[in-house]
Amino acid sequence: MGDTYLNLVNSGVTAKIAKQLGLPQPAPLRRYRPGSPLLGGPALVVGQGTDADAVAALLSTRWDVEVHRHATPELRYAAVVLVLTQVSHPDELSAPVLAAAGVLRSLSRGGRVVTMSREATADDAPAVAAARQGVDGLLRSLAKELRGGSTGNGIVLAGDVAADAPSVVGALRFFLSTRSAFVDGQLLTVSSGAGTLPETWERPLEGRVAVVTGAARGIGESIADTLARDGATVVAVDMPSAGEQLTRVANRVRGTALQLDVTADDAGARILEHALARHGRLDIVVHNAGITRDKLLANMSPDKWDSVLAVNIAAQLRINEALLTSGDFTDAPRIVSLASTSGIAGNRGQTNYAASKGGVIGMVRATAPLLEAFGGTANAVAPGFIETEMTARIPAVTRQVARRLNSLQQGGQPVDVAEAVAFLASPAAGGVVGRVLRVCGQNMVGQ
Amino acid sequence: MAASRSTAKSAETSAATSANPPTSPRALVLGGNRIPFARAGGKYAHASNQDMLTAALDGLVARYGLQGERIGEVAAGAVLKHSRDFNLTREVVLGSALSPETPAYDLQQACATGLETVVSLSNKIRLGQIESGVAGGVDTTSDAPIAVSEGLRRALLDLSRAKSVGQKLAAAAKIRPKDLAPATPRTSEPRTGLSMGEHQALTTAQWGITREAQDEVAFASHQRLAAAWDAGFFDDLVTPYRGQSVDGNLRADTSLEKLAKLKPTFGLTLDAPPTMTAGNSTPLTDGASTVLLGNDAWADEHGLTPLAVVVDAEAGAVDFVHGVDGLLMAPAFAVPRLLARNGLTLADFDYVEIHEAFAATVLTTLAAWESEEFGKERLGLAGAFGTVDRDRLNVHGSSLAAGHPFAATGGRIVATISKELHARKAAEGRPVRALVSVCAAGGLGLTAILEAA
Repeated sequence: MGDTYLNLVNSGVTAKIAKQLGLPQPAPLRRYRPGSPLLGGPALVVGQGTDADAVAALLSTRWDVEVHRHATPELRYAAVVLVLTQVSHPDELSAPVLAAAGVLRSLSRGGRVVTMSREATADDAPAVAAARQGVDGLLRSLAKELRGGSTGNGIVLAGDVAADAPSVVGALRFFLSTRSAFVDGQLLTVSSGAGTLPETWERPLEGRVAVVTGAARGIGESIADTLARDGATVVAVDMPSAGEQLTRVANRVRGTALQLDVTADDAGARILEHALARHGRLDIVVHNAGITRDKLLANMSPDKWDSVLAVNIAAQLRINEALLTSGDFTDAPRIVSLASTSGIAGNRGQTNYAASKGGVIGMVRATAPLLEAFGGTANAVAPGFIETEMTARIPAVTRQVARRLNSLQQGGQPVDVAEAVAFLASPAAGGVVGRVLRVCGQNMVGQ
Repeated sequence: MAASRSTAKSAETSAATSANPPTSPRALVLGGNRIPFARAGGKYAHASNQDMLTAALDGLVARYGLQGERIGEVAAGAVLKHSRDFNLTREVVLGSALSPETPAYDLQQACATGLETVVSLSNKIRLGQIESGVAGGVDTTSDAPIAVSEGLRRALLDLSRAKSVGQKLAAAAKIRPKDLAPATPRTSEPRTGLSMGEHQALTTAQWGITREAQDEVAFASHQRLAAAWDAGFFDDLVTPYRGQSVDGNLRADTSLEKLAKLKPTFGLTLDAPPTMTAGNSTPLTDGASTVLLGNDAWADEHGLTPLAVVVDAEAGAVDFVHGVDGLLMAPAFAVPRLLARNGLTLADFDYVEIHEAFAATVLTTLAAWESEEFGKERLGLAGAFGTVDRDRLNVHGSSLAAGHPFAATGGRIVATISKELHARKAAEGRPVRALVSVCAAGGLGLTAILEAA
């Protein structure tokens, strides 16, 4: 699905005209390719204390990145990491933040700014909570100021989670890498030290068996491709009527195709039976299958309301229950469910869809604790405007506007959602539980 | 998992088991895949045999995770086949997701082609020659090969051999305007000139089969096939193709009244009143099917649940040119021989699948088996061969409803009934058997016994 406007403002004469007119100038985003280096240039790590030292050491010794602790003027940095975990008063934000500010003008295209801070709670001293919560506002604003496809995201450490906890390391790598190309202005909370670092960051899902529903096309197809690229064996699930496309996906990722209506009563049992018989285990379930039946609530038919709720949330609840009670989904299992910005901010004409997607957010929050005992997690990914066959059917003008309503001024690609799913499904993300990660280019609506 | 199975490893296990097999391995049906059958000129009008068979095979590969796998052998065929498709099955394998090192061969036995591929690969598995196999068949009447007339063909061959201008002119001069009409493939018998329908009409009249009985068979076929689709029975047997997701010939809303209104199409010139209509005869159909076969070790290694065992098979043929038997009556003779060899009677079968070339084909076969006279005089038995309980006959419908892409029918029947056998055994925990019977042009017939694995 192409974005003609994006191409025009990035080439030749039309680029000049757009600049003179002051039109939005979205930058082409770089996407992840296996084998490419984590960063295309040096990184600046600012902040005082042991956590900042640990992050600097991680980047330089383990990830082979050239790390600076003090900014070299005019040098083109690929990333800035602000380690603010040890601030105890808003006054202490000044030095690190202004140090970072000095290099923002020369940040590479597609640069990365990542904050690392601690969660503000009601138990904190007021000044500590003010400093910590202040990072939230700082990051969201900074992300809106970045240009050239650069993004700003934050990692929030809950309780006494260490700065070198697997999920903090995993999230830092995800936010620094091109895997998070369309994730912007987001703060991801790490709740615990659970999770394990992969042997190789190229194939973190090696040996894991993943089920992807709605895998025949669009975002689901991209999730299947991405999980397989990261090493997983994929069971591609879709409606029997989508079997021809499903076959293509399953054969491409060298997985298996399972033609199944996820709303069937025995869907969970059939998924589990297939995964165990063919692949010997089941570790990851990605609930991607979803439908829209848009109508203003005043005009809503029972069929439109019920079918959306049945596919988008009731089926997920039933499948999860079957898996959780089976005793065969216990080796650090991962549930990743597709929510939507509509479920967070609401969308006119989508009461049924937003109810189902809001439901997904509640479901993962309440399901995660049930999985914690065996190192499992449940999380959601909320896509914003993604270039798919579905959004290609939106009327042209509405579509152009919808695309620009985010900090990156463009729609995301299915692979952007898939990368976020793959991160949450990875062993390193074991400390991220019951959260929602938005893949929306920092959409203007909602948080 | 698929990635971890190397070709080298398969080669080792193959050598180890076939060197000196202690007991003959079982030939197992492990699954199947077909594309929905479409009426001629429908959604597959522009799909070739190779396109359709590749789609069916790729769907099988996707369902069972066989990407890059070196299968022991793939055997398939088509009844209406262009001469350029001399290596159809091998070409299909090369275009599929299977390993290009998978051998293949073409096979052709008229409408018994599909079942014969199952039988011949099963025999190789039982001999230990191969550990796995894919049987299949395909046919298109929409994309049928068209040949030139005999006159034009000879003239063109002479022309290609001609050296001088004079010889070339002489060869070209032999072409007559009537030679330019294309020779379309026919389903008529070369020795009698009668179409298959006209042949069956003779047999139908010979056995006194009524219009009502034929319409009832057709009605039951549609009802049962529709019920199986509704129940999701075909979710793991069929993969949609080119927008066709259900068998195109299926008429779930047909009724005995609607069938009774159709005008007869065959046997119009016979003395007996004509009874065969478009409703109780199979239409021209496009489609393809595949069946995954293997021995126990291979099934186990691939995490596949055996559905059925291919127990035995018997081919037959009748002298329909000079004798008294109808063109499609060979199974009436083959089945009694097959059952005698295995010490079984019709009562020992939980399922009987008789390919519905025409409703009357099923009924004349059953009538022959129920006839004292036929049993004594033609089969050499003490009396009638036996009866088939209609509740056990074509339980999920057959060709009248699904359609009949000639070589694809055998694979459809074997995969469908194997799944049913497995489910029945799982539910009841006792041995369950099925008899499969397919009639074919040339007075041929092929029959087989399957047992739940």
